[in-house]
Amino acid sequence: MIEVKDIYFTYPTGVEALKGVTLTIKDGEFVAIMGQNGAGKTTLVKNFNGLLRPPKGVALIDGVSTKDVSVAKLARTVGFVFQNPDHQLFSETVEEEIAFALRNFGFDAATVEKRVTWALNLLDLAEYRKASPFMLSGGERKRVALASVLAWDPKVVILDEPTIGQDHRQKENLRQFIVQLNEQGKTVVIVTHDVEFVAECNPRVVLMREGRIIADGEAKRILTDTTLALEASIVPPQIAQIFHGLAFLGFPSDVIDVSEAKKLLVEHFRELRS
Amino acid sequence: MPIIEIKGLTYTYPGASKKSLSDVTLTIEKGEFTILTGPSGCGKTTLCRCFNGLIPHFYAGDLKGGLRVADLNVNEHTIGEMAKHVGLVFQNPENQLFALSVEKDVAFGLENLGMPREQMQERVDWALKMTGIADLRERAPHELSGGQQQRVAIASVLAMQPDIIVFDEPTSFLDPLGAQKIFEVIADLNRKLGITVILVEHRLDLAARHANHVVIMDDGKIALDGEPREIFNSEQAWLLGVGIPKAVRLWRLLEESGVALKGVPISSDEATQRLKEVLWR
Repeated sequence: MIEVKDIYFTYPTGVEALKGVTLTIKDGEFVAIMGQNGAGKTTLVKNFNGLLRPPKGVALIDGVSTKDVSVAKLARTVGFVFQNPDHQLFSETVEEEIAFALRNFGFDAATVEKRVTWALNLLDLAEYRKASPFMLSGGERKRVALASVLAWDPKVVILDEPTIGQDHRQKENLRQFIVQLNEQGKTVVIVTHDVEFVAECNPRVVLMREGRIIADGEAKRILTDTTLALEASIVPPQIAQIFHGLAFLGFPSDVIDVSEAKKLLVEHFRELRS
Repeated sequence: MPIIEIKGLTYTYPGASKKSLSDVTLTIEKGEFTILTGPSGCGKTTLCRCFNGLIPHFYAGDLKGGLRVADLNVNEHTIGEMAKHVGLVFQNPENQLFALSVEKDVAFGLENLGMPREQMQERVDWALKMTGIADLRERAPHELSGGQQQRVAIASVLAMQPDIIVFDEPTSFLDPLGAQKIFEVIADLNRKLGITVILVEHRLDLAARHANHVVIMDDGKIALDGEPREIFNSEQAWLLGVGIPKAVRLWRLLEESGVALKGVPISSDEATQRLKEVLWR
């Protein structure tokens, strides 16, 4: 469980990125953190694994303050996949990249080998085992970064802007993969601007603005609230916009999913005909 | 009048065994707003590098076929000459901005052209005004928000008064409202100034409404080329797995369930309008 209680964070430049954030994420939850550029989203999630430690307030992972544990030890529980894979990758081969953290965690050679193979297969990277990460495409490098974190099987996975640079099909694969991880019991936290992606995943949404949380709840409630959207620089998903315009006909105004939209409209047309 | 004419263009990067562009034929008319999309690695970026002569002058490799941009044969003109006609705006504005003030960044390209000071000042003023950032001129680019930085990058390119501007996923790093505003700036340049826009984009929900031409590439070839509504509603576009706008998806799903509605809406406004017309009697 991740608990942050009234945390503040100011960068050396004087930018106050977090101004009193309180949030609890239970084991097995799927949370999307959204909000405008510079709202403090990435700063917040960096406090979840000790990359940053709050000078004021407290961040607890499974009840233990991040101040009392090393980043290396926290990483075992909370895996962090960076927005830009190049900030994370450095090894000469994909295989080495994935093995690196496993060795640091002290796994024996046989286990390292087993976990590397498992992670490569999981992310469809087996053919690149001996390739240099820097010869791969941006989308592939992102998958290597994800594989290297999943290899040590952290309880919590944080993904910062996972959909940037991914085409439609890769995004759909990623969505299925994330949902699957979550169904297998992992806590998944994503930081994202991608409203349509969130509308398809339907996670809990935490909305931030200027270093504070301004809303927290079901995606279909948060993403369809036009006042909140404007405050957080979000544009509601297309389906939400359409149903907002149809509310005067008695349609619900909290629709974000295209299949639900179809169902409601088909029912309405049937009633009209009969 | 065509501003880009490509005939049977085939290109292989130096040392590569596979062609990145394979027999590409494409015409873009002056003043069009073209969305160029397709799966990762389909050749979009490679094609854009041909528009301003980065291919073949910088990347070398093996280029065959006809390539005319703004009435110039790209093979025979340097990158510097092509830059007067074709501007490029990248995904991440941080990679493009470097000066200490917005004004200096926007003036940089003009200084390189050796433009007289007074004329340069006018151009900079105009470019800042067109992109809505006149009030930011004294600010340092690195202090600005992502959306403001992207406007500075656009202003720097616009100041050169190119005929064509190529935008390579210009909103990937922006929040949705920031992204929407950038698309509006781009649409304005297209409508008000008649600049030919080529937008490379995966996320089409926000951008589709502005386009009047869509090109989908796949595996180094042009897979589809035509009018947006037609393309997004075509079987092939769905099979290629490009990001069809949700409004078009909804229309298709309704049709499959026996509710066939006229037209193909490519924005939520259009879809709402059509549904209102049909439902509100």
